Amino acid sequence: MNREVLSRDTPSRPAAVTPRPARRNRRGPRRRASRAGARNARATAAFTLPFFALFGLCFLAPIGYALHQSLFTTERTGPLGLGGQEREVFAGLANYAHALADDRFLTGFGRVLLFGAVQIPLMIVLATALALLLESASARAVPFFRSAFFLPYGVPGVIASILWGFLYVPGISPLVKIAGAVGWDLDFLSRGTVLWSIANIVTWQFTGYNMLVLIAQLKAVPGELYEAARIDGANAWQVARHIKLPLIRPALVLTGVFSIIGTLQLFAEPMVLRPLASAIDSGFTPNLHAYSEAFVGNNQHAAAAEAVLLALVACVLSFGFLRLAGGRAKEHG
Amino acid sequence: MTRPPVRYRIITASLLTVAALYFLVPVYWLAVSATKNSADLFGTFGFWFSGHPRPVEYLVDVLTYDHGTYARWFANSLFYAGAGAVCATLLSAAAGYALAKFPFRGREALFNVVLAGVLIPGTALALPLYFLFSAIGLANTYWAVLIPSMVSPFGVYLCRIYAAAAVPDSLLEAARLDGAGEARIFGGLGLRLMTPALVTVFLFQFVHIWNNYFLPLVMLSDSGLYPIQLGLTSWTGYADRQPVLYQYTVGGAFLSVVPLMVLMTVLQRYWRTGLTERSVKA
Repeated sequence: MNREVLSRDTPSRPAAVTPRPARRNRRGPRRRASRAGARNARATAAFTLPFFALFGLCFLAPIGYALHQSLFTTERTGPLGLGGQEREVFAGLANYAHALADDRFLTGFGRVLLFGAVQIPLMIVLATALALLLESASARAVPFFRSAFFLPYGVPGVIASILWGFLYVPGISPLVKIAGAVGWDLDFLSRGTVLWSIANIVTWQFTGYNMLVLIAQLKAVPGELYEAARIDGANAWQVARHIKLPLIRPALVLTGVFSIIGTLQLFAEPMVLRPLASAIDSGFTPNLHAYSEAFVGNNQHAAAAEAVLLALVACVLSFGFLRLAGGRAKEHG
Repeated sequence: MTRPPVRYRIITASLLTVAALYFLVPVYWLAVSATKNSADLFGTFGFWFSGHPRPVEYLVDVLTYDHGTYARWFANSLFYAGAGAVCATLLSAAAGYALAKFPFRGREALFNVVLAGVLIPGTALALPLYFLFSAIGLANTYWAVLIPSMVSPFGVYLCRIYAAAAVPDSLLEAARLDGAGEARIFGGLGLRLMTPALVTVFLFQFVHIWNNYFLPLVMLSDSGLYPIQLGLTSWTGYADRQPVLYQYTVGGAFLSVVPLMVLMTVLQRYWRTGLTERSVKA
């Protein structure tokens, strides 16, 4: 990832046509640095400090604090461990061991991974299909459809969940009513279906956004490429399969990574649907588990350990995915 | 280019229409339901109006219920998202510009830290952030939601890429030779040349803050500080005992969704050109 970003330091447009002028950049800054080094240093600090100070406070400090918290536990010194003074005691990895031995926490992880394994590919295939359809020559009313597909992205997760919740609940839902009228007993909130009902909410919200990212990349493909393929006798499907898809690979990787991160954070949807679906318990997703550990179980230390584990898994998965997909993309490019 | 055969156009149009139905029907349901009272919400068919739709009256009810608490939540949301996104955009612009235009030791290392920040899930951070903020006495204040909203690693990433490509070194050199200070060069030249990226960062961050649920949920206990999402879920929590809150939740959800959807539809053009053109190009 870093290398790709570095290569963008040079203006990207000429780089696509001529060999990359990598050397030029190196000469300029050095000459300047010797001339106005001190002024530069002061300006650099003034420009970067505000961001990095807050970044430290909101990203690095909490991670450090969580790591620290996760290594301690609260001990009560009163009789029978009740009342009395509270004391922080070093616990080593006990909180992690506790989390990893907790069936519900692990089940939650498994559930979220299963969710991601099904929902992310489905959503990205749908987004790609819609992007290709909208960009194909046979599409009409493109601006209308594009806006319609993108609209749900403007609906916050909580509102989307409230909204779909009403469409799932038997008493109100017109969907259940229609299905019932034709003799189909739909239950969106049962133990077996509720996870996929949540997957539907997430898909509904984010397909249009991903589609827009893919369309932007499709637009960056030079039109002559399509013309050439068409003259060679390729049909619409072959152009999509052999030219468009390989070229939007970077955008697919990007949407994939953001989807993985998003999936691991799954919280608002199950939280909002919880009062409607008894199948959703306090450990339904790892995030929900950590939240209830902190605010219901009142165990900050265990919650900190779970938050650390969650961040770790997210990093491993998204870096792994970047490696896998990015590495292969580089071979192609 | 030759026109594609009618057969293709019909297939494409039908597929797009089916997809549009999927994306629009829930919003349509919300709009219809906002015109109903509680009894009709449960008693009439969801995809059609009741015999006596009263959209204005019911929406006024939503706004005035409980001393206008809904309006307060709405104002809070606007404040968090507006102020947070403006600050995040300016901070990102300055940091991204410096990372692109001032070579200094440790620059790449610093940038990699920012990139790692992009990949850390926000909700994994929210709990530790709450522990930290409550330790320093910031929890349950406006600052608790506002401060984290002002930091956008993705914004810095985008601004750096954009500044590197759109702000020519020669122009900066010329301005320096004319004796302009770095702050003036940034304010007068840099920000202007980076405008498309800044619009994107602002929009992204605005929507991100507006949609954020977990952070306010853990940070805030005083309902006067709630943003709209948190407020609405607190209504659904009471709806069992006060059924009229079902109706208010639907009306409130409708009111909160309309302005943002209008904004999205109008601004998706910027979104597309600004965000993606450079950021996805690898």
